[in-house]
Amino acid sequence: MTTLKAILTELLGLFLDDGRLAGAILAWLVLGYLLLPRFGLPFGIGAFALFAGLVTILVESVLREASGRPG
Amino acid sequence: MLHTFSCALAAFAASLVEFVEALTIVLAVGAVRGWRGAIGGAAAALLVLGAVIGIFGPALTRIRLGAVHLVLGTLLLLFGMRWLRKAILRAAGVIPLNDEAASYARQTAALQDAGRAAVAWDKLALATAFKITMVEGIEVVFIVIAIGAGGPGLLLPASFGAAMALAVVILLGVALHRPVATIPENTLKFGVGVLLSAFGTFWVGEGMRLAWPGGDLSLALLVAGYLAAALGAVSLCRSRRRAGA
Repeated sequence: MTTLKAILTELLGLFLDDGRLAGAILAWLVLGYLLLPRFGLPFGIGAFALFAGLVTILVESVLREASGRPG
Repeated sequence: MLHTFSCALAAFAASLVEFVEALTIVLAVGAVRGWRGAIGGAAAALLVLGAVIGIFGPALTRIRLGAVHLVLGTLLLLFGMRWLRKAILRAAGVIPLNDEAASYARQTAALQDAGRAAVAWDKLALATAFKITMVEGIEVVFIVIAIGAGGPGLLLPASFGAAMALAVVILLGVALHRPVATIPENTLKFGVGVLLSAFGTFWVGEGMRLAWPGGDLSLALLVAGYLAAALGAVSLCRSRRRAGA
């Protein structure tokens, strides 16, 4: 049981480091999956929106970390 | 005869594009995390693919490629963004840079302490190389089956074309792995984060049936976009820390 827990923890650690970053990525992907194809956006705009959202999440995450850590 | 040749050539060219995409990631992961895990992951994916093709054959065309892209793309994005985030924070001086000499000394000491660790597999390298090879490999299977469905007896030349493309890419990998290994580790990690994020975004978009302008070519735009955003984030982090100091 302890071994199984250790394996699961390690496996999860491969994907999740900053929980907020992982949560935000997953939330954006679910929103994108549900909403983007339904808007009938012009060619390429949906793909750009997906990318722009992910970049925003990444930049917010590093800025939050940079502000929170002592210099 | 001409039709057979053109069929093999088409399968070769299309498969080459997919295999080169996989090679890019496998090379980068191998240089950063070690060749054993990267090559092991890629080889395992090829073995699994071979077994799946052997068992299911043309029935594989019924798989929903969109679902495969969506699931594996999401996992790759979680990997890639996590990696890129750390690389940005390191480059900005928020977290310490990995000193390669010190890291080598630490690892050597650890390996001397625990002999078993010397044979350990790098799970991250294994998983990343496995996923990229699996996804690109599935696409190659689709290409071969689609081209092979063009007429009777065309499946064999299409398979031959794809096998030749794989052989060329393996030779390319052997030739390129040393030059890639000379790139500084932290630079390489930054690059791997950018590549994984770009590929993950592309696949997720494909899985959502979003239209990518230029098809596969938009991967280059995604790489450029993530690189620009990451470099911009490094500058922003530095200035924010200077302002806070």
